[in-house]
Amino acid sequence: MSKLSEKAATLLSEGTVKMIIGYEQGTERPRPAFCHKPEDCERLIFNDQCSNNLAVYLTKKEIIGEDKVGVVGNYYVIKTVIQLNRENQINLQNLVVMTVDGDDIITFGSIDEMQQYVDTHEPVPNEKVLAVIEKIDKMSRSERWDYWKSELSKCVRCYACRAACPLCYCNRCVTEVNCPQWIEPWAAPLSNMEWQINRVMHMSGRCVGCGECAAACPLELPIGILTKKMGMDIKNTFGGWKDGSVLSTYNVNDKENFIK
Amino acid sequence: MEENNNNIFEPRIIAFVCNWCTYAGADLTGTSRIKYATNVEIVRFPCTGRIDFMLLLKAFAGGADGIIISGCHPNDCHYTSGNFHARRRWMVFRDMLDFMGIDIERIRWSWVSAAEGAKWADVVNDTVGKIREMGPYTEYKKAAKFLEEEKIIHE
Repeated sequence: MSKLSEKAATLLSEGTVKMIIGYEQGTERPRPAFCHKPEDCERLIFNDQCSNNLAVYLTKKEIIGEDKVGVVGNYYVIKTVIQLNRENQINLQNLVVMTVDGDDIITFGSIDEMQQYVDTHEPVPNEKVLAVIEKIDKMSRSERWDYWKSELSKCVRCYACRAACPLCYCNRCVTEVNCPQWIEPWAAPLSNMEWQINRVMHMSGRCVGCGECAAACPLELPIGILTKKMGMDIKNTFGGWKDGSVLSTYNVNDKENFIK
Repeated sequence: MEENNNNIFEPRIIAFVCNWCTYAGADLTGTSRIKYATNVEIVRFPCTGRIDFMLLLKAFAGGADGIIISGCHPNDCHYTSGNFHARRRWMVFRDMLDFMGIDIERIRWSWVSAAEGAKWADVVNDTVGKIREMGPYTEYKKAAKFLEEEKIIHE
């Protein structure tokens, strides 16, 4: 039994938590695992392939219920927990956040510890994503329009991007509001674009950059690039987003050059 | 595409303005008898902070060739901070639109106070002139009418 499984089994048998959310081996790559009994914990694994952002379950009452749960997550899970806590979406009293660093199991006692971990363990940026952003930046405006129109016209509006995103937790999404109908519900190039613009705008300054939206897309559309680019722009303009959401606050000294 | 008697393209401009500054400013333009282009349709909002970014996309989809967004100067907001919030939103939104290839040159942002009737006339005339040169925003309209225009091929 691995150290991780032992730790998880102890937490369950001691009754500290009612469920452990972690990763187990799937057919092709690791998948989320939910352990309710100590013997379930043998399935738990943790490696570089464990990419799912498990924090998506933490805002879903039908999965975690009212009981205390433990989560063994990767870097992005920790980062998401910090953001969810900032937005008052989770109760830290009912949560044990853990990660695996080499051979050690780290259990976080506070948000400060998580922040420290996140600050010191930044993963290497995805070169592929950066290359595509660079490619699009070099295009002319009409080329960019054609690129996004052709890419997003393939979208079937399954909303997998929304379901996979741990920060898309609204009970009622703007895309389902029909009075007024902001976004047409059927799949057409413009409404697909409007949906993505909305998704990205609502993520502005909040997105942790886990890339789960793009990973979940059944058509492999480059939608993760939109949130990534948005994050880069915000970092350039506002210098990072450590204090929470960028758009729910303001600075009198914000500098722009287009309002005349 | 609308054209006037001389076959010159008449752009359709939608202006989203705040009630307290720009709307009053536009009123002053009228009472001061300053003439300005008639291509603009003004939509009055309580505050620039209320102007949702979706309204811009809806205006373009509904056939607008250009958009004017205007409100109180910074520090003059009737609700203290609405225009500061709006400014941030536009900074983020504008970059996003540009990255997606939507023509941000067709959107004119401005601060027009209740005392700047002449500035409002300038802003409108300037925008109308610029959009007239750019021509109608056909690529966006084409995308908006995609379903109507899509041909069903029967084999």
